[in-house]
Amino acid sequence: MKPTLAVWKFSSCDGCQLTLLDCEDELLELAETVTIAHFLEATRSRQPGPYDISLVEGSVTTAGEVERIRQIRRDSRLLVTIGACATAGGVQALRNARDHAAFKAAVYPSPQFIDALDTSTPIADHVPVDFELRGCPIDKRQLLETITALLKGRKPVLPDYSQCVECKLAGTVCVMVAHATPCMGPVTQGGCGNLCPRVGRGCYGCFGPKENANTEMLAAEFAALGADRRTIRDLFGNVTAGAPAFAAERARHDG
Amino acid sequence: MPAQGLDDLIGLLSSRGYEVWGARERDDALGLMPIETAAELPRGRVEAAEAGRVRLVEGPRDAVFDHTLPMHGLKRLVHPAEEKLYATGPDLVARDEAVAANPVAVLGVRPCDLAALETLTQVFEGGPYSDTRYRQRRDALFLVAVNCMRPAATCFCASMHTGPRAEAGFDLSLDELLDGDRHVFLVTAGSARGREILAELPGEAACAADLDAAEAGSRACAAAQQRRMVEGVEGLLKRNLEHPHWSEVAERCLSCANCTMVCPTCFCNTLEDRSSLDGAEAERWRRWDSCFTLDFSYLHGGAVRRETASRYRQWMTHKLSHWHDQFGMSGCVGCGRCIGWCPVGIDITAEAAAIAASEQGQTRSGDET
Ligand code: SF4
Ligand code: SF4
Ligand code: SF4
Ligand code: SF4
Repeated sequence: MKPTLAVWKFSSCDGCQLTLLDCEDELLELAETVTIAHFLEATRSRQPGPYDISLVEGSVTTAGEVERIRQIRRDSRLLVTIGACATAGGVQALRNARDHAAFKAAVYPSPQFIDALDTSTPIADHVPVDFELRGCPIDKRQLLETITALLKGRKPVLPDYSQCVECKLAGTVCVMVAHATPCMGPVTQGGCGNLCPRVGRGCYGCFGPKENANTEMLAAEFAALGADRRTIRDLFGNVTAGAPAFAAERARHDG
Repeated sequence: MPAQGLDDLIGLLSSRGYEVWGARERDDALGLMPIETAAELPRGRVEAAEAGRVRLVEGPRDAVFDHTLPMHGLKRLVHPAEEKLYATGPDLVARDEAVAANPVAVLGVRPCDLAALETLTQVFEGGPYSDTRYRQRRDALFLVAVNCMRPAATCFCASMHTGPRAEAGFDLSLDELLDGDRHVFLVTAGSARGREILAELPGEAACAADLDAAEAGSRACAAAQQRRMVEGVEGLLKRNLEHPHWSEVAERCLSCANCTMVCPTCFCNTLEDRSSLDGAEAERWRRWDSCFTLDFSYLHGGAVRRETASRYRQWMTHKLSHWHDQFGMSGCVGCGRCIGWCPVGIDITAEAAAIAASEQGQTRSGDET
């Protein structure tokens, strides 16, 4: 029997699931290798668990989602979280250190109908997670590598180095050193394929903090390049703002 | 050779089947890339380099080679950042990936980068096993050195004894002599194939005054270097494997690995296996790695170097100290790339000096008691 693959959505934009559909060349082969048992973005047919591999997109932002992820964990042999929302809380985690009620009142005409938690949290805060795929969205090659490796029972090759390493492998000119552009790359885990520095932009930190991220020194360097407190706060306040290392640095530059 | 002779040189190399590479301006920095004419070289441009900053600016004169180093040295050409080693299928027979070593002539190799190439040769071939992929790529290189007349602020080759004048290791070497309207190159051959090309270049035999001017230029360049490595650094670091300074650097270091990637002698690499979805085909790849990553020190049960302090210590002691035990030479040639291209400007010469100063401080206080 073919192994089963399920794809789940929590609070998210669907972009990471779309990466799976984006695997155009490999999609047919994937469909031949696994049974896609649950993937609402692609097909309405659903099969009951258990599932060999569950890919989980999105963060936990409602009480219902807390229950749902526990059930999915029980139904899944391997659970892989995909994307900045599922691994760090996503851009919606910007509300975590703020007055959520005030946000609701400012945005919605009838905030009493909004049934959401005060925080947006990563899946790993609620259930054990086997592998994390970082990114906003995730990288297609990393996704295929992970599925391929897990199907064969080997460890996926998911580097934990900084975005800077991707720059140097690609031969990209460093935007900090050569252009004085603030770049989150030195504290951000690589994996996107060097998307931003390659076109002369600073890294936005989509892949979240690398291990051992020295955010304090990088923030000091941003200041030396002329960035003010608010700019520094916002550099640490993108889609992975909820990751502890970035949230702490952001807080140091708040107010 | 008159200054216009550079295009004759490029033509002669091309006609012998070499693709000619040189430093070219790209994204406001110097990249080592294919060139077709000497006009593509960054004439008149120099790097305003300091710790953590490398900017290209107009230089004081119209020299072709007053700039110094492209971001990457020759390492990329002989030890690519990523390469497939072999592939295999259901028969489990490994099919080696052929090395695509097209002949490349590099125009403008600096003495420190020549020394770095010697270092890599020792690394890849000095032991009982030699890397045949390295040799194929190394054999494909024709090296036209340029002796430096102007250092960047990050250079310290003089204190590493690797420059600013190349004595050997090149096919041809050039000294750029620019004096008022007179703009010529002194050309020296360092190999048989270099002599063949030299014989076909325009110009006349060098006069004693030109030879003197070239030597004087090198001496002035050495004297103008703003950085130097402390004397006896090999022993200094060995005596100070435990030192509070490692933690002090770790507060500044981002463990981003830029220094090791731009270093022309850092050779570390890792192997990665890739497989097709159905598992029928597999490939083995090699890619650059660095002692600044966590995975680098992963042994059974976990990574050994978890703290940035131990990673910085590994880098610096390997370059300056343990390389001598391993390869009988220094692992640093004084090119200064790790200083300029470190996003937070950590300076290997300053860190060594700080440790040396602490020893002197200890001796002094010891003397007083
Ligand atoms: S551009 Fe950014 S990611 Fe790339 S090397 Fe520079 S600091 Fe690192
Ligand atoms: S010394 Fe500089 S370039 Fe090297 S890892 Fe530390 S911060 Fe990065
Ligand atoms: S350690 Fe730094 S200065 Fe020495 S060779 Fe490497 S990059 Fe150049
Ligand atoms: S300094 Fe680090 S990356 Fe460079 S050769 Fe030594 S161990 Fe390898």
